[in-house]
Amino acid sequence: MIDSLFPNGVLPYLAGGICIGLAVSLIFILTGQVAGMSSVFSSTLSWLSRRRYFQQPRLRESRLWRLYLAGGLILGTALYWFGFGPAISWQTSVPLWQLAVGGFIAGFGARLGNGCTSGHGICGMASLQGLSILSVLIFLSVAIGTAQLIAYLQGI
Amino acid sequence: MRVASLISILLCGMLFGVGLAWSGMIKPEVVLSFLTFDDLGLLLVLGSAVMTTFLTYHLAPRVLRKPLLEAQFGKHITVNTRDTVLGAVLFGIGWGLSGVCPGPAIAGLGAGNWPLLVSLAGLGAGAWCHGIWASRHPA
Repeated sequence: MIDSLFPNGVLPYLAGGICIGLAVSLIFILTGQVAGMSSVFSSTLSWLSRRRYFQQPRLRESRLWRLYLAGGLILGTALYWFGFGPAISWQTSVPLWQLAVGGFIAGFGARLGNGCTSGHGICGMASLQGLSILSVLIFLSVAIGTAQLIAYLQGI
Repeated sequence: MRVASLISILLCGMLFGVGLAWSGMIKPEVVLSFLTFDDLGLLLVLGSAVMTTFLTYHLAPRVLRKPLLEAQFGKHITVNTRDTVLGAVLFGIGWGLSGVCPGPAIAGLGAGNWPLLVSLAGLGAGAWCHGIWASRHPA
């Protein structure tokens, strides 16, 4: 039963999830910030665009630390991958059009919905916000439907 | 924000990246295999991350009057139901199509997963269009 649900074991998933939770926890304990990831795209654009949305204080005031967080993500992944993991670089074989189109739709949606898998999925659910829980239920269901449809179409 | 806070966030970001890499979430293939029910591991990642964060978010403000390096605990409250629902639907379509969400799109570059630059460009363009739209239609 467990083997069929988790054919690759459960330990990396639990350990990785706890690392992510500890990281979000430490950011909160040390700086009081809620560390969702999708805001970094809008906050970084506040350097490049004068438009009203990008110039709101919430984005301008967080734009520097959000870039440090993003830089940390890249460094941490490199540390794990080349220090403890496969030690050989790895590229996805998901078609580039799916990455581009999916990225665009997800980018627009995450900002419109005020959060993504980390902002709503981890931070929002952990603070028991009703709208975050609703958001996660919706985007998980829609993502499952979309992925199954694509897998079906590619199998025809 | 103080330099000490920025350095802390960089180091915590590294731990975040280790978690994303260790759990396999930086591979869109792993995310897609969850969404097609071939491997439910992502539920364990989300569950263990939420449980850890839940404990901190609820205990820290009771034990500490303020965060260790800054003046106050922040909140990121979502209030607009219509935008949250619409945004979640769009985010789900994009995530289900690509298997890439914002954290792994950034983190994966550290494993040399350069096709994710295409994801990042897409996410950035989507956020840019949203910002232009939201500037014309303030909530």
